[in-house]
Amino acid sequence: MIPLSHYLIVGALLFAISVVGIFLNRKNLVIILMAIELLLLAANMNFVAFSHYLGDLSGQVFVFFILTVAAAEAAIGLAILIVLFRTRRSINVQDLDRLQG
Amino acid sequence: MQNLELVYLAIPLLCLAAAVGAGFLGSRIGRTHSHRVAIAGVGSAFVLSCWVAWDVFHGGYFNGPVYTWAVSGGIQFEIGFLIDPLSAVMMVIVTFVSLMVHIYTIGYMAEDPGYSRFFGYIALFTFAMLMLVMSNNFLQLFFGWEGVGLVSYLLIGFWYERESAVRANLKAFLVNRVGDFGFILGIAAVLSLFGTLDYAEVFKAAPSAKLEVFEGPWGVEWGAITVICLLLFVGAMGKSAQVPLHVWLPDSMEGPTPISALIHAATMVTAGIFLVARMSPLYEMSVAASSTVLIVGALTAFLMAFVAVVQTDIKRVVAYSTLSQLGYMTVALGVSAYSIAIFHLATHAFFKALLFLAAGSVIIAMHHEQDMRRMGGLRRVMPITYMTCLVGSLALAGIPPFAGFFSKDAIIEAVHHSSVPGAGFAYVSVLLGVILTAFYSFRLVFMAFHGPSRVDSHTREHLHESPWVVTLPLVLLAIPSVIAGFVLVGPVFDGSLLRDSVSALPVGEDGLALTAAGMLTHVPVSIPFWLAVLGIVLAWVFYSLKPDWPDMLAARFNRVYRVFLNKYGFDELYQKVFADGSRWLGEQLWQWGDRTVIDGWLVNGSAALVNKSSLLVRRLQSGFVYHYAFAMIIGLVGLMSWLFFA
Amino acid sequence: MTFLQFIFYLFAAILIVSSLLVVTVRNPVRSALFLVLAFFSAACLWLTLEAEFLAIALVLVYVGAVMVLFLFVIMMLDIDIAKMRAGFTNYLPLGLIVAVLMAGELGLVMFSKEFSAESLPRPAGQIAEYSNTKALGSLVYTDYVFAFELAAVILLVAIVAAIALTLRRRPVTRYQAPEQQVKVRKEDRVRLVTLPTRPEEDA
Repeated sequence: MIPLSHYLIVGALLFAISVVGIFLNRKNLVIILMAIELLLLAANMNFVAFSHYLGDLSGQVFVFFILTVAAAEAAIGLAILIVLFRTRRSINVQDLDRLQG
Repeated sequence: MQNLELVYLAIPLLCLAAAVGAGFLGSRIGRTHSHRVAIAGVGSAFVLSCWVAWDVFHGGYFNGPVYTWAVSGGIQFEIGFLIDPLSAVMMVIVTFVSLMVHIYTIGYMAEDPGYSRFFGYIALFTFAMLMLVMSNNFLQLFFGWEGVGLVSYLLIGFWYERESAVRANLKAFLVNRVGDFGFILGIAAVLSLFGTLDYAEVFKAAPSAKLEVFEGPWGVEWGAITVICLLLFVGAMGKSAQVPLHVWLPDSMEGPTPISALIHAATMVTAGIFLVARMSPLYEMSVAASSTVLIVGALTAFLMAFVAVVQTDIKRVVAYSTLSQLGYMTVALGVSAYSIAIFHLATHAFFKALLFLAAGSVIIAMHHEQDMRRMGGLRRVMPITYMTCLVGSLALAGIPPFAGFFSKDAIIEAVHHSSVPGAGFAYVSVLLGVILTAFYSFRLVFMAFHGPSRVDSHTREHLHESPWVVTLPLVLLAIPSVIAGFVLVGPVFDGSLLRDSVSALPVGEDGLALTAAGMLTHVPVSIPFWLAVLGIVLAWVFYSLKPDWPDMLAARFNRVYRVFLNKYGFDELYQKVFADGSRWLGEQLWQWGDRTVIDGWLVNGSAALVNKSSLLVRRLQSGFVYHYAFAMIIGLVGLMSWLFFA
Repeated sequence: MTFLQFIFYLFAAILIVSSLLVVTVRNPVRSALFLVLAFFSAACLWLTLEAEFLAIALVLVYVGAVMVLFLFVIMMLDIDIAKMRAGFTNYLPLGLIVAVLMAGELGLVMFSKEFSAESLPRPAGQIAEYSNTKALGSLVYTDYVFAFELAAVILLVAIVAAIALTLRRRPVTRYQAPEQQVKVRKEDRVRLVTLPTRPEEDA
């Protein structure tokens, strides 16, 4: 049988991969957003796995809400991306240095 | 015996109302109404005080709170009155002298722009002094104590345009701070030992607290009663100008003469004497404290008398004589002759106020010239002033049957019979003081009123006797200066004057029970009397017969003369040690503490630190969002590692 | 190896590989497509965990909606891919160190005894009549009803925000102005002119 730890390892690997993704694709905002989706997926994976192994449906309810928030986040993130592209003609993160004092 | 509570309350409050009326409304109601208000208030206070005194001497007594001001930690802070023979005597003296001074001021301050203000101050002073003497607890005593101190400060600097006046009042204020510091520590000690501020309760608890001790530094144990007595005496030293806290009193002569008479001769400076007399049950329990009081008093009595001899300012002569006489009173306190101290306080109040007012009268006539070397021969133009001044001087010198004779002789007798440590030294001091007292008072009389006139021609044309408002108080004060001793000596010694409000005289087999008749019959064999006569004769020789001798003597004993003229260098010493010392300390604190530590390190230093660290931290703020995201991720990993391995 | 284990390892491998490709491929369109694949395999993994409703929701919501949105955006934007890739490997060492550390630490936790098959055995499967959707629904609409409504509000706010952010008026586009249209009067639009009648040519 598959132990819980295998699911958790899959989640951990997903998480690590998306972190690397954020590090690597620091120029492309779209990929960074996708990496964030992967991060959330990793978290969801753990939730679902624990929910099943502990026999508690609350974990799945949480995943449900995370999906909601992630969808909203993706929509707004992409909207911001579009506005950004309109104003600066670029989605290169290195161009986004307006925060510097 | 009647219920006189309302009268007790009315006496100080009338004075307060007068002060408010004359002081605050003075500019609105005008000069004449100002003095009418003030005199009406103080006059009725005097009448009521006499009534109270009459009642008290017929057995009246009152001790109770008027209202509770605050309760804190189980301690009641109350306003209350203790009306016993001691306070009754003080009330009569205070209101009488105050009334005289009020009347006198009409003439003395006639041309002064601060007329109403002056009346406001002296009425306020009378209020504060009455609160002081009528108090039944330490808190109200302290209130009155500080009240009179405040008015004294205001009045010494009354002519605030004069720099010397401002300096003098600052000096008086600061020196009194030293005394008051001891005083309030004493009150605190009383509170911590007895847990109450009420006189009666303290005295009741005192015998059982005789063996209590205060733990001092390095484990030294101090007798609690002795500590309390000494601390309270420090307060008394400040107020009553005893060596070494006497330096403010001569300088206080910068104030107008009426207040020199009222505050710095007759009443306020005697508050210290009153305090010790009031605390007599405590002082009786500590020989160390009594001995300290005795020695301080003796030092003051004869050291200051020497200084009085060389002064040329007419008011300063009287001021130093006041110091010396206060020394006599303190000596009396030191040998436990509290009633005699109060006796001398009473007679001194009359004749010293008289002398001051007479000096003031001379000063008016001389157009505010105070140097006795420019006077002389005033006897002919100012007969009333001369006569009253002569009466005052005779009383001061202690010539029978004037008031000073009885009280001063009683003190000397009491010292003679005392066995308190230091009594021998005190006896010599007070005897020496008698010659000097007689000498300097008659030096004043001879220099100012006798001999050829040394007045400049311009002033001479305008010389005339002072108006009746000035001479009336002189005459009214001259009467008790003559008879007060004769009348009071009996009651003082048989105990009927002060009854049990002060600890009884140490009457024993020594037979210190004197009577007027007894003292008068002893005059021919009394040492002090002949010493006083000797002093007067010397003064006559030096200042009337051979006027060039004093200068010769001064030149011959130049060094001694200088010591006296410099008042033993107390002023210079205080200036060097305390004034310059604090200034140096202040300078150091300013330069090092303020500029280096606070400004340099704390204020500018912290700002520079923030600035420098900001310059470093600023580099972290690249403005790139992904740098911040990396920081977050790395931080997350760090946190995880910490949780994992720690 | 049971069939379930086979399914699990297969889809776990697809998931890891496709998510690696998501962050490494050159073309954003491709990475979006690999993301779809990753989500899809994740949904399959969830099915092995008996989370049927969430698996279907993941496919419908993510694969059907969110990823299409991503694709739209990528295709709409005129992105210079070559420039995007410049300096790709600059942060690779740091990223790798962080990732290895993280995965290692997480793995150390995951392989501990608390999560092993002995201490936390896999529960027996549900009976055939069991409905995951029904169970989830009865939980969401009772215990979590407020959070559920809050989620609905969040979605609404997200819709409003996305529209508000991206809405713009182009100067060249022609718009209708209804308020102007209803205010219009006859005089503004119609002008009656009297034309001289043309003389009869015939006459």
